[in-house]
Amino acid sequence: MTSTSRKAYGVKGAPYAFLLPATLLFLLFFALPIGYAVWLSFHKVKVSGLGLGSGARKEVWAGLENYTDALTDSELVGGALRVLGYGCIVVPVMLGLALLFALMLDSDKVRLAPFTRLAIFLPYAIPGVVAALLWGFLYLPDVSPFYYVLEKFGLPQPDLLDGGPLYLALSNIAVWGGTGFNMIVIYTSLQAIPAEVYEAAKLDGATPLQIALRIKIPMVAPSLVLTFFFSIIATLQVFNEPTTLKPLTNSVSTTWSPLMKVYQDAFGKGDIYAAAAQATIIALATLLLSFGFLRAANRRNKRDFGHGGAR
Amino acid sequence: MPITKRRRLVFRTAATCVAAALGATALAACGSEDAGEDSSGPVSLTYWTWTPGMDKVVDLWNKGPGKKDQITVTVKKQASGDTLVTKILTAHKAGKAPDLVQAEYQALPTLVSNDAVADIADEVGDAKGKFAEGVWQQTTLGTDSVYAVPQDIGPMMFYYRQDLFKKYGLTVPSTWEQFAETARALKKKSPDTDLTTFSANDSGLFAGLAQQAGAKWWTTSGDKWKVGIDDDASQKVAKFWGDLVKEGAIDDQPMYTPAWNKALNTGKQIAWVSAVWAPGTLTTAAPDTKGKWAMAPLPQWSQSENVTGSWGGSSTAVTTDSKNKAAAAKFAAWLNTDGAALQALAKESGIYPAATNAQTSGAFATPPDYFSNQSDFYTKAAEIAKTTAPSAWGPNVNVAYTTFKDAFGKATKDKSDFVAALQTMQDDTVADLEKQGFEVSE
Repeated sequence: MTSTSRKAYGVKGAPYAFLLPATLLFLLFFALPIGYAVWLSFHKVKVSGLGLGSGARKEVWAGLENYTDALTDSELVGGALRVLGYGCIVVPVMLGLALLFALMLDSDKVRLAPFTRLAIFLPYAIPGVVAALLWGFLYLPDVSPFYYVLEKFGLPQPDLLDGGPLYLALSNIAVWGGTGFNMIVIYTSLQAIPAEVYEAAKLDGATPLQIALRIKIPMVAPSLVLTFFFSIIATLQVFNEPTTLKPLTNSVSTTWSPLMKVYQDAFGKGDIYAAAAQATIIALATLLLSFGFLRAANRRNKRDFGHGGAR
Repeated sequence: MPITKRRRLVFRTAATCVAAALGATALAACGSEDAGEDSSGPVSLTYWTWTPGMDKVVDLWNKGPGKKDQITVTVKKQASGDTLVTKILTAHKAGKAPDLVQAEYQALPTLVSNDAVADIADEVGDAKGKFAEGVWQQTTLGTDSVYAVPQDIGPMMFYYRQDLFKKYGLTVPSTWEQFAETARALKKKSPDTDLTTFSANDSGLFAGLAQQAGAKWWTTSGDKWKVGIDDDASQKVAKFWGDLVKEGAIDDQPMYTPAWNKALNTGKQIAWVSAVWAPGTLTTAAPDTKGKWAMAPLPQWSQSENVTGSWGGSSTAVTTDSKNKAAAAKFAAWLNTDGAALQALAKESGIYPAATNAQTSGAFATPPDYFSNQSDFYTKAAEIAKTTAPSAWGPNVNVAYTTFKDAFGKATKDKSDFVAALQTMQDDTVADLEKQGFEVSE
């Protein structure tokens, strides 16, 4: 019997032992930095006199001051609205195109599928900054070949780096870069649908369009939810594209998106305390939005596919 | 169950690796605390700078005076300007700033206010006479302390396409009034061509222009700071450029873009208000127009005046974290006052020295390659440098500069009132000072 009890003890302790490295790493590289950022967000700097010389600067408790400042800051709210407008273009267009391409690649009549798949995916492999730079040059009337062609044909030359078209210009970069990745995710789950489902549908006389709409799309719904989830997070964190386009135009301010405002406050103005508070707010908003969406999607899934659907 | 066994083995190995890695980090962290306090023996210093070719100049020190004094300097190349300020402040927070740093003049108050750079008045005070008074004053912040040794300066000048000015029948403007007339005259003769552009993406240019007009953006009285960004001189400058942009006499697109390069290179923009370092920028921005440009003094606000502003320029400072401040200060003084060092700085790094005697030394006997047509380029430059107006920097130049980009960017885009944008800049700067707890006088 001793051997059994020893075994039982060992088994009991084992999970904790296995958890230890992960927990340690989590605490060290995740909880600690976040905790520090939150701690910073409740502090501020206090200068005495002219602020020159040693000991003139002290870190003091600020309470919720940084948070109330951030929430009443019109620039941060303005940035959130700008990003909302941008997201309303990027997410539907990108996911719509990704789904369309995936369905087309999955159809029986497709030719050159591997090449096309790679060609659509390739922009994803290009770093965001490089992509933004590339498109930025194409948007500049004086150096862009597009404008050269438009001019040759006497067509109107819209200013893509101003006003409403700026949103299209920025969205275009994100759609160009992100469609391929989302397409691959959806395409992979299309490939996983067993062939007999299609056979049954064909026997029942379903057309390819009906198969796509009634079978394929509902069956890849989980990956659509996943890509939507990723896209929301990516949209809320938009930084590369507007930051890269900023030097090219007067229309993109240094605080165009909320993350740019955080960056600007931390590294432009040197106020890491306010930046930490804003970062915390953005992180919370992202968490709420994305997990709120995920929960809503899961609940719907359960209701729709509760019994027979999930086989 | 062979599979389970193998899995368990993998896990255990992973755990051991992690433990080993953690241990290694801890060991490494302990190991790096070795900087000694003894200043009698050999000293090694680190120097953060963005100046190209600085390693070659520092080699001269390491092989010459440095070898004798047993002071070795190592260059660590950095990003320029504001990014480095942030990096220095962060390093200083951890108590690990390098011994020596390069700092733009307008960043010095911020660094001093964060207690990041040391007072080296005792070590380098004698160097004062080698620099113009206005330049030296920027490193003392008007106190008895000295926080850096001036390295290079950027007196502002007017650059123009000599050939195109002749072609369009324009004369080089000597006042800002004439400058505006020239812009309008050019628009009439060639509607597609602009004299220049007002760029909202470089705050230093506007600051320099305001400085020329006599603006004093930060001043102190007693224990209080006074912010004068919206003073009369600055308002005059803002209104002048705002009106030109509004009537469309000049372009309003930012500088340093591919479009700007092309405009300069193809003669779509035929002048540039810039500083002594312009030849370097023009060489890369407008390579096809080499030898067609000329330099003249900046236009003046009244015919009788002869003043210029400065745009750019930097200094060498010793940090408070340095364990060998005296040695570091000795190097900083050598680097920026020694004849051989300055010669090398001019040759290897292409900087325009702050030390007055170096401005007319051998390295500056011939004009820059791009301006081979203007043989007296550097003689003229040295003359202009003497007329630089004093500058007045404060502890939150960074805030004023970022507000400038956003406020003036918006005003330029909307063709709205530049004076209102200036007011925004003033308000934001004051609000930031007050938020930090500085006392600000009205």
